[in-house]
Amino acid sequence: MNVVVDGVSKTYGIQKAVSDLSFEVRTGEVLGFLGPNGAGKTTTMKMITQCMDVESGDIRVGEWSVLNNGPEIRKHIGYLPENNPLYTEMPVIDYLDFCARVQGVPSSEVSNRIREMVGVCGLNREKHKKIGELSKGYRQRVGLAQAMIHNPEVLILDEPTTGLDPNQIVEIRKLIKDLGREKTVILSTHILPEVEATCDRILIINRGEIVADGTAASLKKQASGKNMVRVRLGGEDLSSVAQTFESWPETGRVSALDAASNLWETEVEDVDSFARNLTKTCAAKGWYIVEMSPTETSLEDIFRGLTL
Amino acid sequence: MRTTLTIARREIASYFDSLVAYVMLVLFLGFSGFFTWIYGSDIFLVGQASLSVFFAIAYWTLFFFIPALTMRLIAEERKSGTLELMLTKALNQRQWVLGKFLGAWFLIAVALLCTLPYIITLYYIGNPDTGQIIGGYLGLLLMSASYIGVGIFASSLTSNQVVAFLIALVIGLSFHIVFGVLSQNLTGTAGQVFFYLNMSNHFEGIARGVVDTRNIIYFVSIAFLGLYLAEQQINRIKISGQS
Repeated sequence: MNVVVDGVSKTYGIQKAVSDLSFEVRTGEVLGFLGPNGAGKTTTMKMITQCMDVESGDIRVGEWSVLNNGPEIRKHIGYLPENNPLYTEMPVIDYLDFCARVQGVPSSEVSNRIREMVGVCGLNREKHKKIGELSKGYRQRVGLAQAMIHNPEVLILDEPTTGLDPNQIVEIRKLIKDLGREKTVILSTHILPEVEATCDRILIINRGEIVADGTAASLKKQASGKNMVRVRLGGEDLSSVAQTFESWPETGRVSALDAASNLWETEVEDVDSFARNLTKTCAAKGWYIVEMSPTETSLEDIFRGLTL
Repeated sequence: MRTTLTIARREIASYFDSLVAYVMLVLFLGFSGFFTWIYGSDIFLVGQASLSVFFAIAYWTLFFFIPALTMRLIAEERKSGTLELMLTKALNQRQWVLGKFLGAWFLIAVALLCTLPYIITLYYIGNPDTGQIIGGYLGLLLMSASYIGVGIFASSLTSNQVVAFLIALVIGLSFHIVFGVLSQNLTGTAGQVFFYLNMSNHFEGIARGVVDTRNIIYFVSIAFLGLYLAEQQINRIKISGQS
């Protein structure tokens, strides 16, 4: 089920939270929603899940629009809010039962769905406790179970892995990736490696506007423009290395990173042809390659570059 | 309807899980039992096999207890953020509010059911008027419905439970006393309007065993108005996005 956000705006008083935001997420896609605090991530998610009305513009989920078919859409959306609100006085099983019934899961399937969610979210040991007695990580699991209990086609997860231990984070990421094959998933997070690990596509927003949209690889390419290669050479008389590199048409600016250990970094257009040239030159001049590694602009750098 | 009942069931479970239900039942039965059988102008002093003493006391105890029951219904969910989550579920505000109403009303019904021994005792010691007993219980149930509606509306106005309790009490107080006083002091149309708005006139009518449609309409419309306003208030929260 595709989610289409079409020119959506929202203001809080005089502050514009989201302005004219448009994007589309397709079935089988995991969209990572990034942005600094207050960029409008949560506001956008709230508008898709309809706990807040859109001010202008439209959001369509499948063939339905939030303006006319709200209840129909809500049946097909699972939502894990940012601070994961739960009825703390309820036992885990009762809470999941309640959520399933409220979402219109047929009575005959409720217990099956609960069993499945308890298994998937690793709640087996804690299932009879009251939610208020659980640790933060387990509450987060209950929040995830609640979002998925009715097997929704669209999942909106606001910082799904906060409070989980590393093992559980790996499991949940894998779960999200698996779900993402058949469903539409939008998740927001501040953990950038998580986005690279789970998301097919990244959307960075800042001050309510999209500043970047693409896969992790394409964003990196866009941000750096050229590939960077780091080279460490050995041999005698290395003083002419920088000039040699610069004389080649495919290399750009060369910088000596560490003169003592003979380390250079250079921008190249094509890593392969650079490597070919380098090997030839080394053979001719009696140098040898100790290390050669293409370096990537990290997602952190891209994020800082776009949102600072 | 199924969704509404699911919500009502959750509210009832929550009352019993959080001890609110037990405290409420013990206090209600304690108060009304004490003044019906033991102290003041109790049944033995009046010397009639009639529950009108109990009805008069319950009329007041419920008036105080209901705001305490309803204050958390929406205010707590606004505070904890579960309101936000529930808005994204496949239910509408009307089902949600109505479910909460039914939950609270059920608890009041349980409290009244616990006074069944009173009726049995009464049939032992005398020959009470059955119509009057049925009317009295019906009146208490209807009055409770009105105040639960008012309480739910008050609870939707704020995320602070104490404030919700006080608002419900103030609105309740107008129906319970203020309108009555005004109707006595005003003449003409204004006097008549306040006379109609005064709850005790309607309650006493039914509690005497005279079930009049006008009285029932009065109670039901207050309950409906409260629920309707609460629903509108939740809509307003949804539009502004700020709970």
